[in-house]
Amino acid sequence: MNYLILKQFILLWLTLSLSILALPDGLAKDPFAVKRAKMIETIEAEIKTGYGNLANKKLDDNVISALNSVPRHEFVPKKLQHSAYDNRPLPIGHGQTISQPYIVAIMTNLLHVGKNDSILEIGTGSGYQIAVLAELVSKAYSIEIIEPLGKEAQARLQRLGYDNITLKIGDGYYGWEEHAPFDAIIVTAAASHIPPPLIKQLKPGGRMLIPVGSRFMVQELLLVEKSEEGKVRTQQLLPVAFVPLTGKH
Amino acid sequence: MKIRPPFFTIALLSSAILGYEILLMRLFSIIQWHHFAYMIISLALLGFGASGTFISIFQDSFSKRFSHVFLINIMLFALSSIGCFLLAQSIPFNPDEILWDYWQPLRLLGIYLLLALPFFFAANAIALALTCFHWRIASLYAFDLMGAGLGSLGIVLLLFVAMPLQALFIIGCIGLGALVLAAWELGFQQRNTVYTVSLVIGITIIILHNNNELRLSPYKELVQIQRIQGTEIISEYSSPLGLLSIVQNDIIPLRHAPGLSLNAKTEPPEQIGVFTDGGGLTAITRESGNPADYAYLDQTTSAAPYHLAQLNKVLILGSGGGSSILQARYHQAQQIDAVELNPQLIRLLHEDYAEFTGHLLNGDTVQLFQGEARGFISETQEHYDLIEIALLDSFAASSAGLYALNESYLYTVESLQDMLKKLQPDGYLAITRWIKLPPRDNLKLLATAVDALDNSGATNPGNQLVFLRSWQTGTLLIKNRPFTNEEIEALKTFCNARSFDLDWYPGITPDETNQFNQLAESYFFQAANAIINNERKDFFERYKFALEPATDDRPYFFHFFKWSVLPEIISLRNSGGLPLLEGGYLVLIATLFQALVASTILILLPLLFFKKTIMTASPVTAAISRNRVIIYFSAIGLAFLFIEIAFIQKFILFLHHPLYAVAIILTAFLMFAGLGSGFSQRLIQSGLYQPAITFAVIGIVVLGFLYMAFLQSIFSTNQSLTMPHKIILTVSLVAPLAFLMGMPFPLALAKLGNIAPEMIPWAWGINGCASVVSAVLATLLAISIGFNAVIVLALVLYSLAWASFPIQRS
Repeated sequence: MNYLILKQFILLWLTLSLSILALPDGLAKDPFAVKRAKMIETIEAEIKTGYGNLANKKLDDNVISALNSVPRHEFVPKKLQHSAYDNRPLPIGHGQTISQPYIVAIMTNLLHVGKNDSILEIGTGSGYQIAVLAELVSKAYSIEIIEPLGKEAQARLQRLGYDNITLKIGDGYYGWEEHAPFDAIIVTAAASHIPPPLIKQLKPGGRMLIPVGSRFMVQELLLVEKSEEGKVRTQQLLPVAFVPLTGKH
Repeated sequence: MKIRPPFFTIALLSSAILGYEILLMRLFSIIQWHHFAYMIISLALLGFGASGTFISIFQDSFSKRFSHVFLINIMLFALSSIGCFLLAQSIPFNPDEILWDYWQPLRLLGIYLLLALPFFFAANAIALALTCFHWRIASLYAFDLMGAGLGSLGIVLLLFVAMPLQALFIIGCIGLGALVLAAWELGFQQRNTVYTVSLVIGITIIILHNNNELRLSPYKELVQIQRIQGTEIISEYSSPLGLLSIVQNDIIPLRHAPGLSLNAKTEPPEQIGVFTDGGGLTAITRESGNPADYAYLDQTTSAAPYHLAQLNKVLILGSGGGSSILQARYHQAQQIDAVELNPQLIRLLHEDYAEFTGHLLNGDTVQLFQGEARGFISETQEHYDLIEIALLDSFAASSAGLYALNESYLYTVESLQDMLKKLQPDGYLAITRWIKLPPRDNLKLLATAVDALDNSGATNPGNQLVFLRSWQTGTLLIKNRPFTNEEIEALKTFCNARSFDLDWYPGITPDETNQFNQLAESYFFQAANAIINNERKDFFERYKFALEPATDDRPYFFHFFKWSVLPEIISLRNSGGLPLLEGGYLVLIATLFQALVASTILILLPLLFFKKTIMTASPVTAAISRNRVIIYFSAIGLAFLFIEIAFIQKFILFLHHPLYAVAIILTAFLMFAGLGSGFSQRLIQSGLYQPAITFAVIGIVVLGFLYMAFLQSIFSTNQSLTMPHKIILTVSLVAPLAFLMGMPFPLALAKLGNIAPEMIPWAWGINGCASVVSAVLATLLAISIGFNAVIVLALVLYSLAWASFPIQRS
């Protein structure tokens, strides 16, 4: 009986090892690659079914490629790694969360960042959002107010080789004057208002994005745009394809 | 049985249970959020229903060892009241994850079961006493009700002097007190052992008490802010209105200025944060001596009325930490009256932080009144240039713990009408609320204002309304006269300078709207246009959230849920759609559903699985119609709370203070119902069951209809009475109704006791289950059909109970 179980185990192990060898190079090295691809597929499908705030109801190619490059499982606690690529927010300790991948994708897309851009994030959290953005820009800055969280994120981003991200622990209210102005700013930390210094540090033509809501549920994406003349206006976007008023009967 | 019934033990135990129930609501409002607190405690109360089932099944063996079982259950109540809460608060339940994480519902179930235990043990003791002393059942029940009445008053007093967790340990000790009293009252043989055990447990409780603290959900605002370096809770104050935590940070200062314009260049001076129950932040701002430091107060939508005219007399409803007072002072108002419900918040401004605020309240210009907004409005003789309902839900939030049903009498049609009457001819009523996406609050408020103006005789309400918004807050301005061209020009200048949108003013055109803070469509203008121009019915139907104005009979301003939209929202759950769900209402529905399922099981269990015990134990029990028992005890269980809840609501509008109103009315109801029950004992001894029930039900129905017809005019006539007189009038109005309502339950129990005492626990359980269902159902019904309809339904239920009596088979 025991011999039988052992035989089956060896067979299973051999099958698994061979199947990994047979996989493309990237997948063999990264066992989460399949899950990540599936996650992106899910996000694209959700956006395609109706989300109207992105051009052609699809993510930009560079955003997809960024999402594909960042190992999200490295940004969640070990015990939740199995859910890292589920389309849901996850708790990361210290009362904070890693955002739902769908929301990260939309926010990244809405910022329209370019290769040479310099961006600032207020509220590093796990570091996942800034890592995704860092795939798209030359310089990324991030400020985290909760010390242990900031230290964890710093170590993680260093380990993963994100050389273009500079992180500091402190108060994000005044932005980061010495690296200002920024092409884009993303504020993921809750605040009772948009700090005036941040608006000042946004380049003319720049975009600022603020997810509004609770830690687990984003109710609204506030997109602040500064015109070339320095005038500020906002677009208040639902993260979901929902029209509150049905058509006239 | 030779021992006499333990009347005083039942009273003490009952007061501890009621106190415990209210305290749990407080505790869970602090560590979680209050709508979940409501669900958790409602379901835990099913412990009463479970006790009926349990005693039904084991009553033979329990009755033989009454004293032992009675004492053990009281002791278990004392222990579990503390222990179960401490265990329950260590379960990491997070309601936000309930639809994603399959562990969350199980954790919630764990909390229910733990918290049901104390109620279960206490109810066991009471049910067993009622069964074993069924010849004095009405007297026992009278002590039970009167004890509960004292408990409801006692816990309010206790919460003024003890911190919530201390109060928990005190209630545990009261449970032990009941144990000692029981041993003495029953003349228990080993009572010295009971005294010793109680003493040991009591000392252990006192020692353990210092090693425990409340564990707030890590997602509550207060816990979040504590993670920031330098944050310190410098003091805490507790009252039944809420736990105030005063927070300071010298390293990273608090900056609370909701709704600040994107064009603002300044930030608030140093502030101290005040959290109520770990949330609902309001800020106390330091007096810097430099008026320029307060320029930020001119950069919010609520500053708009100050730019339309010189406003000398200002009334602020809900002053919180004082930001609105500062705003009025910044704009040079000459007389600022402010109203705040929570006396501890007032004390902070008056005493603890008087110097910090530069004696904000001690100047000649500012007067702060402690009270409730509607009450102040109805009593004041003043007429104001501006009445402002400030952007803090302090009136609703501060009563969250005791009063978690989410009624608000501030945002009803009648309330706005009252406020309009207290304005100077050219005065403004300004109401600021958060902007939600898709819009809800502000649209409903606009519809409410249109109704209020219509009722006040305005020929064209649209000429008397203005709505402006930033991305975060929206302010509605209402006048008794049309806005003038000068006022509109001033508004346009104000809004342009701050990038605020004007979505409604008399004469607005669609292309002027939705300019600075763009929504997918100009919803505010569309709504205003439709509501003002008599297309409201069609608009309300087409809009996916409920926007019908709240009234005093249906005071649910915060209810926006529409069933028809639920499938769409569920289908959008993976693409960020869940925040569209109006959680509070669904939690209520979920509570009702769970309560109904659990109640059905608990009621049917003794019948299905223990047929021998209840149905055929003796030939007499077979003569009892089980259907009639179910109908009778469910009907009076439902009806009692329907009436109690509906009248608490009605009297709140008379007494105005939600906390005192609830405490006084609840105590009066329970005490007089207790007296009614005591009176029933005499009728029982004369065997007058049927006439007594007929008398009680006719009395309740007549009084019910009379009150529905005349209560409003009684209140209007006596609005100017002083508080003690109002309380006397309230109690005398409650007394006859409650007295009669205290009779049907013990009368039928006694009748049952006469024929088949073994069925008493089962009837007790049915009543317990019905009460839980009733509390939840009353709110759900009031939301859709109003409180008057709930009262009518209760009167029908009483009549149904009457029709199903006697409970023997015909």
